Amino acid sequence: MHTKAPGRLQRLFDTIYFPIASILASFLVAGVAFKLLGFDPAVAFGGLLSGSVGSLNAWGETLNKATPVILTGLSYAIAQRCGVINLGAEGQVYIGALCAVLVGTELSLPAALHIPVVLAAAFLGAALFGTLPAIMKNRFGSSELITTIMFNYVALYFVHYMIAGPIKDMNSGSNFAQSKQMLQTAQLPRLNAMFPGVTLPNRLHAGLIVAVLALIFYSFFLFRTTRGYEMRVIGLNRSAGECAGMNIRTNTLLSMFLAGGFAGLGGACELMGVQRRIMENAFNGFGFDGVAVALLGGNSSGGIALSGILFGALKSGATKMQMKSGVPTATVYMLQGLIILFVVGKRLFDYHRITERRKTHHGKEND
Amino acid sequence: MAYLEFKNITKVFGSVVANSDVSFTVEKGHIHALLGENGAGKSTLMNILYGLSSPTNGEIFLDGKKLRIKSPGQAIAAGIGMVHQHFMLVPTLSVIENVMLGYKEFGKFSLNLKQAVRRFTGLAEKYGMPLDPYEIVGNLSIGQQQRLEILKALFRNSRLLILDEPTAVLTPQETNKLFELLHKLTENGLTIIFITHKLGEVMDICDRCTVLRNGRVAANLSISEISGHEELAALMVGKHIDLVTHKREAAPGDPVLMVNGLRYTDKQGVARLKDIDLSVRAGEIVGVAGVDGNGQSELVKCILGLLKPDAGSVTVDGSDVTGKRPKEVLGHGVAHIPEDRYKMAMVKELTISENMILMSYDKAPFSKHGVLDRKTIDGYSEEICKQYEVKTPSVKELAGRLSGGNQQKFVVGRELDRKAKLIIAVYPDRGLDIGTTKYIQSRLVEERDRGAAVLLLSTELDEIMELSDTILVLHDGHIMAQIPQKEAKRETIGLLMAGVRNDEGKGENE
Amino acid sequence: MEGFLSSAIRMATPLLIAGLGLVFSASAGIVNIGTEGFMLLGALMGCAGSYWTGSAFLGALIAMVSTMLFSAVFAFFVLNMRADQTVVGAAINIFASGLTITLNRIIFKGVPVLAAYDPVDIPLLSEIPVIGVLFRQSVVCYLAFLAVPLAWYVMKKTHIGLEVRSVGENPRASDTLGIDVNGTRWWTILLSGLFSGLAGSYMSLGQLSFFTEGMVSGKGFMALAVVVLGCYSPLGVLGASLVFGAGMALQFRLQAANTGIPYQIITMLPYLITLLAVCGFVRGSRSPAASGVPYTKE
Repeated sequence: MHTKAPGRLQRLFDTIYFPIASILASFLVAGVAFKLLGFDPAVAFGGLLSGSVGSLNAWGETLNKATPVILTGLSYAIAQRCGVINLGAEGQVYIGALCAVLVGTELSLPAALHIPVVLAAAFLGAALFGTLPAIMKNRFGSSELITTIMFNYVALYFVHYMIAGPIKDMNSGSNFAQSKQMLQTAQLPRLNAMFPGVTLPNRLHAGLIVAVLALIFYSFFLFRTTRGYEMRVIGLNRSAGECAGMNIRTNTLLSMFLAGGFAGLGGACELMGVQRRIMENAFNGFGFDGVAVALLGGNSSGGIALSGILFGALKSGATKMQMKSGVPTATVYMLQGLIILFVVGKRLFDYHRITERRKTHHGKEND
Repeated sequence: MAYLEFKNITKVFGSVVANSDVSFTVEKGHIHALLGENGAGKSTLMNILYGLSSPTNGEIFLDGKKLRIKSPGQAIAAGIGMVHQHFMLVPTLSVIENVMLGYKEFGKFSLNLKQAVRRFTGLAEKYGMPLDPYEIVGNLSIGQQQRLEILKALFRNSRLLILDEPTAVLTPQETNKLFELLHKLTENGLTIIFITHKLGEVMDICDRCTVLRNGRVAANLSISEISGHEELAALMVGKHIDLVTHKREAAPGDPVLMVNGLRYTDKQGVARLKDIDLSVRAGEIVGVAGVDGNGQSELVKCILGLLKPDAGSVTVDGSDVTGKRPKEVLGHGVAHIPEDRYKMAMVKELTISENMILMSYDKAPFSKHGVLDRKTIDGYSEEICKQYEVKTPSVKELAGRLSGGNQQKFVVGRELDRKAKLIIAVYPDRGLDIGTTKYIQSRLVEERDRGAAVLLLSTELDEIMELSDTILVLHDGHIMAQIPQKEAKRETIGLLMAGVRNDEGKGENE
Repeated sequence: MEGFLSSAIRMATPLLIAGLGLVFSASAGIVNIGTEGFMLLGALMGCAGSYWTGSAFLGALIAMVSTMLFSAVFAFFVLNMRADQTVVGAAINIFASGLTITLNRIIFKGVPVLAAYDPVDIPLLSEIPVIGVLFRQSVVCYLAFLAVPLAWYVMKKTHIGLEVRSVGENPRASDTLGIDVNGTRWWTILLSGLFSGLAGSYMSLGQLSFFTEGMVSGKGFMALAVVVLGCYSPLGVLGASLVFGAGMALQFRLQAANTGIPYQIITMLPYLITLLAVCGFVRGSRSPAASGVPYTKE
C-alpha cells in the first residue's frame, strides 16, 4: 500500500514550480486588468521592472524595501508554525517604530551602542504588544483572527495620538503630526559607508543585515532547537503535542512574542534606515505584505528571503510604473493579493491532478 | 432472481486497487454478511453502492434494473439506506431535525416538523425503538444513536439496508437486541447487508456470506457450508493463522500504577469516572474491557495528566502524580500508545526521525542545552525501524506517507523502546490487519515479561481475554468487577459490560 | 438622546446587514475575513453606481452584484481549490484595497455629488417623541431590520436553514443524505457577498455620501465578531450589532462633547469594545464543528 515517494529532484521542482506559476498567473491577470482599465500592460510592467532591478541603485531600493517585509514575513511565519494566525504585524510594526523613536530620540549614546539598544527596544516593545492577543487566546479562548486585527487599529490610533501630542516634533515649524527625527547615532548607516572599498547601491542601509540575521535565527530556532521543535509539533498537531507533554499556552505565548518582535524590528529598520521619523499612516501595509511574503515563501527562511525581495521589487518599481504608464501605485496591492490567491490556490496549477484527470477520462472512453 | 447483483466491480484509487472484479448476488429478505479484514475493500464496495464513490468499472443491478447512482441522494431514492460505522449524525441538532435532513416529501421549503414527528414516533413504536424526537442527538447514548440511524433509513422507506460494523460499539447484550431487530426487518421484507470482521456474528445471524480479501471475492458461501471459525479466518487472511498468542504465567511484582477513588466530571456536567480503584503490578497485563465511551478515554487522560480529576489519586512508581502536568507523569517512566495515533501520537507532516523523538526530544542524547542532535536522532530512528520491522525507504520520509500498519509499528516501537515501567495501551491494534495485530500483541507480552506493568484498554473482548492476566470491566465510569484471566467467561463479562451484575439478576439491562 | 439613538441605528445597520449574510456562510463552516474587502468594494461600487445612474438604489444594486461576483472568487479558491479560508480572505482584503484605490482615482475626478439613501419617514410612528427617530431612517435600514425575522425563520424552520447548519457541523453526514456540501457553501458565500456589498454601500451612501480610501476600517472584521457574539443566530446578530452601534455612537458623542480626551483615543473605542466582547462573551458561543475545514469526498 506504500505509495511511491517522489525523488529529491521532483520535490525540488515542485517547490519552485508552484511559486513561479502563481507569480506568472498573477501578472497575467493583472495585465488583463490594466488593459481593461485602459493602460498599456507592457509599458507598465516595463516600468516596474526597470524601477526595481534595472540598475544597481534600483536593486538597492528593492533590498531596502524588502527588509521590513522580510521581517514582517518572519512575524507571520513563526506564529503560523505554532498554529497561531498573526494578522497583527501591522500594529506591531507601529509599536516597534514607536519604541524605537522613544529610545532613538531621547537617549544619547554612541552609535555602536545606540543602534543595538534601539533595535532591542523595538523588538521588546512590539513583542510584548504581540503577546496580548496570545494572552487573550490562552485565557479566554478568543480567536486571534479578530483580536490581532483589532489591536492593529488600537496601535495605529495610539501612535497617531503620540505623534500629534506627547512626542510631536515642535521644532519642525510645520503643523503636521510627526515625531522628532531619530538622532544621528540611532540611524542605520548605509552599507557603502560601512564597506568603502566595495561597489554597493547608493542608499542601501544596514537594515538588510538585521533581516539576514533574523532569517538565520528563524531557521536555527525552528529546526535545531527543542523549543522550535515543540512549536512545529504544536502547529501541525496540537493534541499530539499535548500528549507529549508540551505546554501549548507557553508556546503560543512565545510564538506571538517572537512574531511581535520580528515585526517590531521591521518597523525599526524602516524607521532607522529610511523614514527617520514617524508620520501618520507612514508604516501602513507592511504587516499585510508580510502575510503575503510568508505564504509565498512557504514559511521557510529561504523562501521568505526570495519572496521578500520580490515584494520589495514590486514596491520599489511601482513609482516608475506610475510615471511611465499612469498605472496607480496602489495596483501593486492588487498584484500582491493575486499572488497570495494563486499561491494558496495552487491546486489550480497542480499538474499531477490535471494529468490524473486526463487519465481517468481516457479510461472511461476505453470501456 | 437475485435482488441485488454486483457485476465485475473494479475501483482504483491512484495506484491502489481497492476492488478488483467483484461479483456476487444478494437474495431478497436475506441478511448477507460481507466479511473481510481492514483494507479488504468492504467499505469501498459499499460506498460505491451508496453513491459515495463511483466504480472505475462494472455494474450493479437492483431488482433486475441497472443502478445508475452518482450520489447518496439517488441511492436513497432507489431505496438504499446505510448505517455507517461512524454515525452520520449532526450532534448539535435534535433527533427529528436529523431525520428530516434532506427529506423533502413533506414540503420542499418548510420543514413541517409536526407531521414528521408523527410519522417518526409511529415507526419507532412499530419496531420497539422509542426515542424522544426533540432530544439533542449529542445527548443520546451510542446505542440510541445507532437506533436513530436505522430509523432514519426506515423513515426514507429503505428496502435495502447496509450496516457497516454495527456491533463494534455495542455490548454483547445490545448486539443481541440489534439482531432481533434485524430479523424483524427481514420479516418485513427488507434486505440487509451486514459488514463485519467478527466471525461469530456471521455464523449467528447471516444467511449467506461473501468474503473479500485484497479487494477480490475470496469466497461466496451459504452459512450452512461453513465448517467453523478457522475456515472463515483462513479465507479472510489467505493463509492459516495461529489465533492464539502464546504467553507464560505472569509473575507480578510490586504495584506500579495505583488509582484510588478517581472521579471526573466533564464540561457538560456528566460524571465520566465514578470512584475508580485499580492497580497494575510490575510484570502483569491488566485489561480493561468495556464498550467504547464508558470512561476509557477519561481514565487514561486522568492518569496521564491530560485531564484533571475532581477527586482521587494516581500514583505511578511510588510517586503521587495526581493532577500533575503530562510532562511530569511521563517522566516517571510511563509509555502511552494512544487510542488515535493521528491525533495523539504522531505528526504526519514531520519525518519519521522527527516523530521518533516526540516523547524524548528534550532529553540526552537527542538534545543538549536545547539544541537537537540530528545525527544521533537519525541513527536511533534507523535502529528502531529495523528492530520493529517498520517498512520505509528512509527515516527522512514523512510519517504520513507510511501505511497505517507501519505508522502504528513505529509508534509502538518508540513507546516500548523507552523501557517504561508502566505502559498504557489503548486499542493498540485498532484498524490493523491480523498479522500486525498479532505482532503488537506479542510485543506487549514481551514487555510484561521484561517486568513492565501494562494497562491495556480494548473494546475487542477476545483480545482482552487473551492477553490480560487480570480483567477489569468498565461500565458507565464504574469498575464493575475484577476477574483473573482463568476465571473469565465471555457471558459474564458481556453482562458486566452492559452494567448487569450477576447477583442483581437480569432485567437491569436498560 | 434622539441624536444618539439615530446615530446608533445608523452605525449598527451595516454590521447588521453584513452580519445577516455572514450568519449563513459562517453556519455553513466558512470563516470569511474577506468581508472587510467585500464591504470596501461594496462601498466604492455603490458610489460609482450612484454616480453613473444618479440613483442611490441602482447604486446599491450595482454594489451588490459586483460584490457578489467578487465573492465568487473567494468561493472558487476556498471551495474548489480548497485553499485556506483565512489566507484567501487576507488576499481578498489586500486586493480590494488596491482595486478600490485604483478605481476610485479612475472613476471619480474630484469630489462628485452623489444621490444618497434618503431617510423616509413612516407616517404616525415617526412622530412619537424620542423613539420616533427610529422611523425616520432610510429604506435600506428598514429592510435590514425586517430581514432579521425572515432570516431567523429560514435558518430554524426550513430545509434551507437545516442544510446550512448541518453542512457546517458535519459535512460528511450531510453528504450521505444527498446534500450538496460545496453547493450549499457556494451559495452561502455568494449570499454573504451580496449582503456585504449592500452593507458597504450603506456606509458610503447612507453614512458619508461619498467614498474614501480604506473607509471600511475594520467594520468587516467587526461584522465577523458580531456573528460570533450573536451565537450564529440572526436574532443574536441583531443584538450584537446594536451594542456595537451604540458603542460607535458613543464615540461620536464623546468627540463632540469636548471631554478633553484626545480624539485618537476615542476613535479606538469600537475596537476596544470588540476586544472586550470577544474576551468576555465568546465562551457561550460555539463555532460550527467544521469551521474552516475544506470538504473532500474520499
